Amino acid sequence: MSVNALDVDNVSVSHNGILAVNKISFSVQEGDLLGIVGPNGAGKTTLFRAILGLQNYQGKIKLFGYEGHSYTTLLSMVGYVPQKVNFEPNFPATVYDVVSMGILPKKKLVKGAALIQSCGCCWNRIFSTSSKDHEKIEESLKIVGLESFKDRRISELSGGEQQRAFIAKSLVKEPLLMILDEPVTGVDMDVQNKFYSVLRKINKENKITIVWSSHDLTAISDLATRVACMNRELFFHGEKEEFFANKDMLKTYSESAMQLHMHKHDM
Amino acid sequence: MVPDILSYGFMQRGLLTGIVVSITCSMIGLFLVLKRYSLFGDALSHVAFGGIALGFFLNIYPIWTAFAVSVSTALGITKLRKSTKISGDAAIAVLLSSGFAMGVLLISASHGFTIDLFSFLFGSILLTSVQDALLIVAVSCGVIVTLIAIRKPLIHFTFDEEQAKVHGIPVEKLNYLFVALAAVTVIATMRLVGILLISALIVLPNITSIMMGKGFKNTMLISISLSVSAVVAGITLSYYFNLAPSGTIVMLMVAMFVGTLIAKHFGMFSTKSLDKHNLSIVS
Repeated sequence: MSVNALDVDNVSVSHNGILAVNKISFSVQEGDLLGIVGPNGAGKTTLFRAILGLQNYQGKIKLFGYEGHSYTTLLSMVGYVPQKVNFEPNFPATVYDVVSMGILPKKKLVKGAALIQSCGCCWNRIFSTSSKDHEKIEESLKIVGLESFKDRRISELSGGEQQRAFIAKSLVKEPLLMILDEPVTGVDMDVQNKFYSVLRKINKENKITIVWSSHDLTAISDLATRVACMNRELFFHGEKEEFFANKDMLKTYSESAMQLHMHKHDM
Repeated sequence: MVPDILSYGFMQRGLLTGIVVSITCSMIGLFLVLKRYSLFGDALSHVAFGGIALGFFLNIYPIWTAFAVSVSTALGITKLRKSTKISGDAAIAVLLSSGFAMGVLLISASHGFTIDLFSFLFGSILLTSVQDALLIVAVSCGVIVTLIAIRKPLIHFTFDEEQAKVHGIPVEKLNYLFVALAAVTVIATMRLVGILLISALIVLPNITSIMMGKGFKNTMLISISLSVSAVVAGITLSYYFNLAPSGTIVMLMVAMFVGTLIAKHFGMFSTKSLDKHNLSIVS
């Protein structure tokens, strides 16, 4: 029996009485790369925050079939890269220091591994079990192509490079699932392409399940295995091919349509 | 041959407590500065003044009352900030003035200002009794050991609270432990530079070391070195030139900070991004 990596069941989130997320349900299978599209203000970040335990919600969310205490245990094995990590600009941390923050204590890894084993899932570990912490950090930096930046201060890096460092910070914990919230918004095309090749690599080669929100439909069509469309409610969830074959759906969620929607929303 | 400065018991105690306290202040101060809580130490020291006055008023060893009042206020204000969304600077203003007002009130209600009280206000490292010195060293060592034990989650929490929470770090408990440690550090530092100059010891070595260091560990070690050097040099200079140790120590730290700023201006310590950002920390 296969278990989903993530189950979102009838989840609603309200801010001061206004529904930001309205009864959303979907599942993510192991190894999937789910691309979530939706205009600004569609509730994508709010939904992610609910999954990550940073936001109160109604409904049920399961990680590998688990809720409650086991959910919290597994949550520490989820890699999360927000749109922008708000850190003190003068924080005296090198890229190596930042990536090392992602290392999970052995106790947590053992507990999480036991939970994953008992639900019949496989944990696609990136590193061998005998790897030392510093080897994991070096390897993660290599995956995202930042090995030569390890001794630089994090604040010296460009926006795209910082996001790659935060991906490495997530990888070092050997994540069961990665949640990326518009990770390359506002960075140039070249940096975006480098970032996307990292995303492809960790999904295909390291078999990490990824949930990723983006406005970039070209990148979604290139990378995602499945697509979900939301604007407070879920309007579509299915195979990528099905989404891109649906002209109405494409029209609604193309970047220009989303911009237009965003302006209407602002007004 | 032992230099004459070290042949006196009060100098030995002064230097020992000064070194231990400066290490503690540097360590806790780096986290406070990076969390933008630079004035939290100042506010806590004013609350400690209220605690000391309470001790004089109740005729209890004032350091104990200062510990009790400061730690409970630090925890209380952290809880209050969380539940009522009072902004950080407003919370500090309330703490600072109410703590000091309580002190003034209690002093006026008892037997007026005493020399002992002035030593808490302006520092009196060379008047430290054996009992005080032992207490300060023990408390400071406790803070240092705890900080070393919780350094990894604390660095992550200071860098990004939300990421730390997702990582499974109990951020609320950690925050309470951290402010309690900061409160304890402030009490331990009072004897060295006095209530009015504590924030200098917390902030100055750290904003200086942030301009020089790259990694976190490296920056903390630079901060500790600067702080210990300023304390040892300050106490020594004050002995030979008959100056107030607290003022001498702080002015040496100010000189280190200004010197580093000038050196940076002329291209030393090349951490590119600092140029555009360091004023935000200074101001």
